[in-house]
Amino acid sequence: MNAAQISDILTWGTATAYLIAMVAFTINLVTGRGVVASEDEPDEDAAASEQRSQRRRQKSLGIAKSVLILGVLVHIAAVVLRGFAAQRAPWANMYEFTVVGSLVAVLVFVIVAMRRKVWFLGAPVTGVATAAIVLGLTQLHVVADGVQPALQSYWLVLHVGVAVGGTGVFTVGMLFTVLQLLRDSYDNGSTLLRGEGAAGRGKPILKTRLLNLRWLESLPRASTLEVLSFRVNSVAFVLWTFTLISGAIWAEDAWGRFWGWDPKEVWSFVVWIVYAAYLHARATQRWTGRRAGYLVLVGYACVLFNFTGVNLIFNGKHSYSGV
Amino acid sequence: MTPDDKRSYRPEGMADDAALLDESSSDPASDKSESGSATGTTARGNKPPRRAVSDIGFVGMLRFIWRQLTSMRVALLLLMLLAAAAIPGSIIPQRSADPRGYADYIAQYPERVEWFNKLQLFDVYTSVWFSAIYILLFISLIGCILPRTKVHLRALRAEPPRTPRNFDRLPAHHRIDLGAAGEAGQVSVAATGADPDGPSTAQENSSLKPSQPAARADSSAKFIAQGVRYLRGGWLRRYRVVTETEPSGAQVIRAERGYARETGNLLFHIALVGLLLSVAAGHLLHYRGQVILVQGRGFANAQVDYNTFEAGAWFDPQDLHPFRMTLDQFDAQFRLHDAAAQDFTAFVTIDDDGQTSQETIKVNHPLEIGGAKIYLQGNGYAPVVTVTDAAGEVALSGPVPFIPDDQVYTSQGTIKVPDVTSGEQFGLVGYLLPTADQPAPNTWRSIYPEPLDPMLVLTLWHGDLGLDEGIPQNVYRLDTSRMTQVTDGDDAVTIVLRVGESIDLPEGLGTLAFEGLDRYVALDLRHDPSLAYVLISSVAAMVGLAMSLFIPRRRMWLRVRDGVVEAGGLAKTDDFGLERAVRSLAEAAAYGQPLDDRDSDTVTSD
Repeated sequence: MNAAQISDILTWGTATAYLIAMVAFTINLVTGRGVVASEDEPDEDAAASEQRSQRRRQKSLGIAKSVLILGVLVHIAAVVLRGFAAQRAPWANMYEFTVVGSLVAVLVFVIVAMRRKVWFLGAPVTGVATAAIVLGLTQLHVVADGVQPALQSYWLVLHVGVAVGGTGVFTVGMLFTVLQLLRDSYDNGSTLLRGEGAAGRGKPILKTRLLNLRWLESLPRASTLEVLSFRVNSVAFVLWTFTLISGAIWAEDAWGRFWGWDPKEVWSFVVWIVYAAYLHARATQRWTGRRAGYLVLVGYACVLFNFTGVNLIFNGKHSYSGV
Repeated sequence: MTPDDKRSYRPEGMADDAALLDESSSDPASDKSESGSATGTTARGNKPPRRAVSDIGFVGMLRFIWRQLTSMRVALLLLMLLAAAAIPGSIIPQRSADPRGYADYIAQYPERVEWFNKLQLFDVYTSVWFSAIYILLFISLIGCILPRTKVHLRALRAEPPRTPRNFDRLPAHHRIDLGAAGEAGQVSVAATGADPDGPSTAQENSSLKPSQPAARADSSAKFIAQGVRYLRGGWLRRYRVVTETEPSGAQVIRAERGYARETGNLLFHIALVGLLLSVAAGHLLHYRGQVILVQGRGFANAQVDYNTFEAGAWFDPQDLHPFRMTLDQFDAQFRLHDAAAQDFTAFVTIDDDGQTSQETIKVNHPLEIGGAKIYLQGNGYAPVVTVTDAAGEVALSGPVPFIPDDQVYTSQGTIKVPDVTSGEQFGLVGYLLPTADQPAPNTWRSIYPEPLDPMLVLTLWHGDLGLDEGIPQNVYRLDTSRMTQVTDGDDAVTIVLRVGESIDLPEGLGTLAFEGLDRYVALDLRHDPSLAYVLISSVAAMVGLAMSLFIPRRRMWLRVRDGVVEAGGLAKTDDFGLERAVRSLAEAAAYGQPLDDRDSDTVTSD
């Protein structure tokens, strides 16, 4: 068995660990004040019940954190081994981009969570990371290999590395925004998010306990989530700016022009502009809150399209997916 | 984004600090800089009541348009428009970025060409509508920078604003009651969190001992000195500090930091204008040419020696740096099992004004001579052929570049023979296969990019090549509109030739000899004097951006009165560190240094 195969196995292991962490994080979110607590025996007094669910929350969070850290370590090992197998920076095709991007997202989450105690983001982050890794392994996987002459440059490390990192950080920012929008809707009396269904023709539609998001109450207020999202997205925006600049420097060397409106360049530009609009929107009174949140979702949709659509649909100079 | 609309000012998600400071902001100068220094983030929500257009006259109308254009709302709209307008160019192949895709597209959808051309959809990024959006955006940007620069320059010279009477109204404050002089045992600490929705006060009793209880009279001065030392200590806490005694006898410190935030913001926006100007200048001054250079051949940097050449409006042919270049050798390495390209290197000799030097050009490593860069953009094979005409005279002799089509260098090309002494002109069109393989009768293909067994597979045409009118023609395509293909019965005659072989052409047209195979490189030469400025502007923009996003701008106040040390703080932006900084200031003033960093830097849930 060679390094590339071991790396693939470790990547599967990472996905498994993240999946377990996601389950534990989810239990941590919904127990206690959440939905599950209501199933406790009715004759138990409230204080004991509260104490029990508190204990349960602590325990599930502990499990989630441990499994997550284990997953991160395995993840790092998988990425390093992949680099050894290919004899280069391990982010030169879509598969590697997905794996390293999810590693960055998880790492950013761990760092922010340690400093600001935002463990509530654990479930969505590990969920997205699991999905990304599994998609990468099953749909985008290519054999570890060297790269064509046009990619043999230290800019592969810098430009693509920072692009991967930026995408990971944008992902964390987007997840904060999703929670912000959910919390905002919940606070404003959305019946849908209270499991009571939305107003349909005559009878409520989508009425299900699954949509009873009472756990949202244990999250910070929407305005705090918005600030967190803004912080994270600011970092990602600076990284993205660096991606554009380093890409232009590399393109000047490799293709003889620093900007040529190649489809990838167009979409990177669109991403930059949308997030620039978001930063400006947050600065004006009437565009904070939900509207700024929608801009994040639009921006992140562009990030995703720039990664998937542009690589797979358009025929440009960035067609390095290997798929 | 002009600084006039004070009422609607709101710095990046914070409560309006003009309201918080209402009782103390009687100083008009500080008040003005207040609204101005934050206009980067000014909302233009509350417009003045709109008057009928007829009232305001022409100048008023212009002013109205200017205000609209420079408002954040319109800037946002223009940004979103720009993003949307950029998208069609990624879907429709662009004439300049993707000439091949463009050619395929117009062949596939000829009915769309006319109205796509009218809408400039093949030239999105130079189109009138795209240009209009970004020019308006930059006007808006300049209209925003100018007043803000003025305001910021004033703010840089201004003192920190006056101390609010009541710290309770600030988003963060911390109060330490040191009690009567000498009574060190009991210290009551009251703190409120930064809660924009309405401060909740938490009382806590601590048994912390102030290190040096002192007599009230001089202790005030000492607390102030300790506070000032804290605010000026460390490179992250460089506050601008003013101390004064209020009429009530209380001693206060007012301090402000983070001016670089707005400096960075302005730098970012000014750098963007610089970027646009540099790119525009480059467009006017640049030149770019392509040349195909066969191994052993030379090239002189003059417009006539280029295969294609284009230059900006302000380009002067005198700017072409006179040098000569010879391609000595071209090395290509391919991997044996899948023919993947591994490395390309062109070895050239440069004759720069009598000084010769040996240089290499690689992909990703252009060669720089006299301000111009030479890029290795492609490579291929040029079969060396000799053609004699019907009279036996040599009509053509030398390498003819063929264009590679795929990974194994199946190359297309034409051999045009216009200079015949008698009879009709003729041309050959077909393929060069570097390593030929015959999987089936009459079928040939290339299986490897290296020239292990090169072969020419050609068909023959005779007639009028169409070269005599002087209209430029694609050298790689044969215009067969006035030519006839040489056939044998119903099938076209296929000429198959290996290196060293020679053949008599049918119908007595002449002979063709395949004498050898040379490599050639396709080089791009480019000169753009604005590159350095483009880079400087971009890097300045990024530095400014980081400064404007990550440097916190804070105002801090400290008041000492009757043994009570009270600190308050106000941030211009979302500032998680504010609460802790305010507490540290109070503690530093009271005890000489901040107490242990208790972990308050967390997001509290409610």
